[in-house]
Amino acid sequence: MAYEDMRQPIESGCPDGFQYMHPVMRKNFGLWKFHEHPKPGVLRHVAHSGDEIWTVKAGTQRILDVYSLRKLTEIGEKYGDGYVRFTIRSNIEYMVSDAAKVDPLITALTDAGFIVGGTGNSVAMISHTQGWLHCDIPGTDASGVVKAMMDELVDEFQNCNMPNRVHITTSCCQINCGGQGDIAINVQHTKPPRINHDLVANVCERPSVVARCPVAAIRPAMVNGKASLEVDEKKCICCGACFPPCPPMQINDPEHTKLAIWVGGNHSNARSKPTFQKLVASGIPNNPPRWPEATALVKRILKEYKEGAKDWERINDWIERIGWPRFFEVTGLPFTKYHIDNWRGARNSLNASTHIRF
Amino acid sequence: MAAKKMYDTPMLDELEKGPWPSFISGFKRLRDDHPDERINEMASSLLGQLEHSYETRKGYWKGGTVSVFGYGGGIIPRFSEVGDAFPASREFHTLRVQPPAGNYYTTDMLNQLGDSWEKHGSGLVTFHGQTGNIMFIGTTTNGTQHFFDEINEYGWDLGGAGPCVRTAMSCVGSARCEQSCANEHGIQRWLVNNFTDDVHRPALPYKFKFKVSGCPNDCVNAIERADFAVIGTWRDDMKVDQEEVKNFVKAKGREYVIDNVVTRCPTQALSLKDDDTLEVDNHNCVRCMHCLNVMNKALSPGDDRGITLLIGGKRTLKIGDLMGTVIVPFMKLESEEDYERLVEIAEETIDFFAENALEHERTGEMIERIGLVNFLEGIGIEVDPHMVNNPRQSSYVRTDGWDEEAEKWFARKAEEAAG
Ligand code: SF4
Ligand code: SF4
Repeated sequence: MAYEDMRQPIESGCPDGFQYMHPVMRKNFGLWKFHEHPKPGVLRHVAHSGDEIWTVKAGTQRILDVYSLRKLTEIGEKYGDGYVRFTIRSNIEYMVSDAAKVDPLITALTDAGFIVGGTGNSVAMISHTQGWLHCDIPGTDASGVVKAMMDELVDEFQNCNMPNRVHITTSCCQINCGGQGDIAINVQHTKPPRINHDLVANVCERPSVVARCPVAAIRPAMVNGKASLEVDEKKCICCGACFPPCPPMQINDPEHTKLAIWVGGNHSNARSKPTFQKLVASGIPNNPPRWPEATALVKRILKEYKEGAKDWERINDWIERIGWPRFFEVTGLPFTKYHIDNWRGARNSLNASTHIRF
Repeated sequence: MAAKKMYDTPMLDELEKGPWPSFISGFKRLRDDHPDERINEMASSLLGQLEHSYETRKGYWKGGTVSVFGYGGGIIPRFSEVGDAFPASREFHTLRVQPPAGNYYTTDMLNQLGDSWEKHGSGLVTFHGQTGNIMFIGTTTNGTQHFFDEINEYGWDLGGAGPCVRTAMSCVGSARCEQSCANEHGIQRWLVNNFTDDVHRPALPYKFKFKVSGCPNDCVNAIERADFAVIGTWRDDMKVDQEEVKNFVKAKGREYVIDNVVTRCPTQALSLKDDDTLEVDNHNCVRCMHCLNVMNKALSPGDDRGITLLIGGKRTLKIGDLMGTVIVPFMKLESEEDYERLVEIAEETIDFFAENALEHERTGEMIERIGLVNFLEGIGIEVDPHMVNNPRQSSYVRTDGWDEEAEKWFARKAEEAAG
């Protein structure tokens, strides 16, 4: 097509959500009084005006085919008021002003195979990344791990009877786009990249690859008469940061790319300040199609949390109270030299006191 | 018509078992039931490649350069490295589309987007990706242009990808939440729509993210994930409905209230009185939200509302995870001037970032490298004790400007006192 025939984009940016909002929400914008959680998957918000909005929340497969999308919209038209939103964990929420619509909505969603729940103190839908389905650097899949894990956590999603809410995230590389979670299942590489020296000169901008390495383990080198890169394998921490800018630095390995589990990430300011997640287990096989080893560990941690935590304690609050030694004891996970941090600020994570629980 | 190419997917078939909705079953519906042969082929090919990944435990997509006319970003290009074996999904690009603030949709609008996507793409879509975009997953280079042209006509625009201002996010907020202290959606749009050029034409050292949460519960993980985190808060007394406090105590018992509310307050700002009313030391309340979350009917944020601004949150690459840190402890967001001031801070921050960050460095890393004070001076914001957990512990600092700095502090205090 000739240049002048091309259509100029309308740079409209982020659309105004008001046009798609339930009229009761529009009317009571900023004027809500309180909410209740009458049963799993259902919220009742009451405004100062006395108006009410009911929300029914359901888990989906996140990667929606248009059939599933149309099923969700059809349910919204037939049983709801035609207004929905998606949470940041890809659940769908139907907002209705009439309480009588709640149960038929739940029935319709359940009959169509969606899972109603995810409210209050539930194990929420696992937030995840793209993985083998669409990412260019993944060490594992994302949708598959999450599907297999949610199959096993579906009761916790539906029953909402944990001490507090549990956010689980996954990431399929060590950049960790999956974010912080009460529990995170992330890729952990264990071997330095294997370099395809034939391709480096053509594909990679060598100085920027050198600059990308967090431990300065990469340097330019001539290999077999070609300009390439070499890695000081003693320094390399196997993070894979060099791989996105330079695909010949092959970090992913069917055997040596493992999964690790991290706990205690909490974005909320409630009680303690926000916290980052901490490593608790690694070396977990990256085992498609259902990753049973990772799921078993997550379930073990959840079981101890559910039994040991007090009401309203998130996983980080619970561990803060009982102490890390006890966490490793109750979960039966090994504590190794890899658990002791040696990155920036590591000293802050050491115990410089005689505060010790026996 | 040639029969579409089918691939065995024994591993993926395992993901059709179990109670959670299966994305694989969805792919198969597109492969087997969709009237458009192009979509059947694409879905079949995608299933084949994904099965191949499951068998070999490796990914087979590589990036490239694809964008729509007039923009430099917004598309995640994907070319298959095994396209000869799985030709119908050889090109499988994703369009990142900015959702409406608050992620609201009518079912009609979702259907319309679904119709457009079926015409030009694979029929696979995610609401939403980790960066907050609607992800329309899987189309050819031509498909990206046609789909964008179509939906752009009815109000949708691409989000950010690459080193640019990214799609912003806000929580459900004032539309439904009683804890909200801000107009999250308004703030999101004021901010991100001021930078559409920086969204569409990547030219920054690295990505820059805005996220807005209506209260310190921070439901969009702004502090942990955004370069520019705006969090609603209040600075007068929280509201206490003592009748509701009594009802709560009656329903749950004193022990429960003491163990789960009073003693959980991080600053011991709460006291349950003998007559079952609650006393709040508002000066020492740090607005953590815990007691408001638990005693939702009885306690609510005060009326003097505004926002706290934190800068520099990010995930692991390259120096490790960083939280955003406080840059503005409190500012009102009521008048147009207030909003303009917020946008101005964002502009100053992005300009400073563009000029001073190293390639591939996020704001948090830049601040770590140059020190907070240099950053504050760069964007013209005065130091404030709310920005730190504690003052410096090391004596290794040159302090020969002490008297002038102390004068500035007293002058600022005097100005504030004068109102
Ligand atoms: S894997 Fe990480 S540490 Fe090793 S060379 Fe690459 S960037 Fe450096
Ligand atoms: S909001 Fe948090 S800090 Fe404030 S009184 Fe309640 S529990 Fe204490």
